[in-house]
Amino acid sequence: RGGWGGMAGQAQAVSTGTTIVAVAFDGGVVLGADSRVSTGTYVSNRASDKITPLGGQAFLCRSGSAADTEAISDYVRHFVRQHEGELQEDPDVATVARMAMSINYQNKDRLMGAMIVAGWDAHEGGQVWSLPIGGTLVRTPWAIDGSGSTYIWGFLDSEYREGMTEAETVEFVKTAVALAMARDGSSGGVIRTVTVTAEGSKRGLFTGKSIPQFQDELPEPAWVR
Amino acid sequence: ESNLGRRKEGGKEEKGVARVGNMSSVGTGYDLSASTFSPDGRVFQINYALKAVENSSTSVALRVKDGVILGAEKLVISKMISPESGRRVHMVDHGIGVAISGFVADARQLVARCQEEAFSYRDIFGSTIPVRVLAQRMANYMQVYTLYSYVRPFGASILIAGVDEENHQPQVFQVEPTGITVGCFGAAIGKGRQSAKTEMEKLDLANLTCEEAVKELAKIIHTIHDDIKDKNFILELGWVSPQSNYKYERVPRELVAQAEKAAKEALGDLSDMEEEDI
Repeated sequence: RGGWGGMAGQAQAVSTGTTIVAVAFDGGVVLGADSRVSTGTYVSNRASDKITPLGGQAFLCRSGSAADTEAISDYVRHFVRQHEGELQEDPDVATVARMAMSINYQNKDRLMGAMIVAGWDAHEGGQVWSLPIGGTLVRTPWAIDGSGSTYIWGFLDSEYREGMTEAETVEFVKTAVALAMARDGSSGGVIRTVTVTAEGSKRGLFTGKSIPQFQDELPEPAWVR
Repeated sequence: ESNLGRRKEGGKEEKGVARVGNMSSVGTGYDLSASTFSPDGRVFQINYALKAVENSSTSVALRVKDGVILGAEKLVISKMISPESGRRVHMVDHGIGVAISGFVADARQLVARCQEEAFSYRDIFGSTIPVRVLAQRMANYMQVYTLYSYVRPFGASILIAGVDEENHQPQVFQVEPTGITVGCFGAAIGKGRQSAKTEMEKLDLANLTCEEAVKELAKIIHTIHDDIKDKNFILELGWVSPQSNYKYERVPRELVAQAEKAAKEALGDLSDMEEEDI
């Protein structure tokens, strides 16, 4: 029997086999992700949205098991909402990240979610928090995760600079995701971004031609208009 | 019509309230449990709990420009008791302190609850509990004890004072056995609260620094202390100030000593004036 993932009779869990990126700049953060969701070699969703609002001005980038990360994000949104009720104001990004981390940590034997929480608050400005599998929580200037991230560590290590503008950071994130999508079979589709600043959040969508291409890509055939 | 709870004395008839000689009013029949309203809409057990606080020694809290000060008039009932014992002002968390008046045993439970709430908040959310959140949680907790006949309300009020971690905003909240909490610039509970409030209103709290406020608070407590009815007292002072790096600490001994000296001198001047009048 041919089939899914080439493993006869064995179903693969739906995985986000992903590339997720978040980079902070002075005044905010830019989050970016690809849009491919795969079950083995079958792409079950080629335009998914892997960036989820959690409450306040905090957003979550999801990678790993799609089911696990969706469930985690639902729980975090629930608890953030409760917390907002008591606080009577938006919670800090650090608080939201910690709540997501504690779910990862307390259920580490059952969950497989590698996530990034990023956003803006008045207390600390733009922030990126890494939440790898197992329940670690660490704040970093930039973070990447997912299967595609393995191909772009060198790119970010060498090209990241402090003091980028918002526009430069969006380009930087777009390029990083595009590079990963070019090499990782489990990443692809469109590039989605979210930019978060004091003014709020903006979504970006980059498809087809607006995705950066690199020197080894085939040029567009002449007959394409 | 039933005569239950009705009493005529000197032409004054109030349902549910009896005046017995010079004693304070007693709610006949409607005051036996916290689960009973009186016909005029009171729950007498709560009123009696407030009385317990009113008859106890005074605590005061001030919210000033750069922090908060907590002070208590700790009456010395015996020279055999260690002066360090029977604390009235406690630390709840890094930037929050609480002062108590009323039944000390009840108040200790409230302090323990404050500390549990602060700890659990830090455990879940990773930061210091905002003072207003702690105050509301304590108010909700105390309110529960006004609902049932098998418990009684707490016989204590507390003053929660602190500086919020995020915005360095000083906050003072008073929480009562009724289950109400109110945010204050200056708060006083206990027998000397009325005089204390009169003194506080004379101050420009918004422009006082913590160091100045320590002296003012010492003066207030020395002023309201009743030399005749009560014996000696110890002044307990705590603060959250720039000098303490916005952590709750007992006010340093030298400062307390200076403040008390200044307070006694100020009061000494007043009593000198009174003698001249005679």
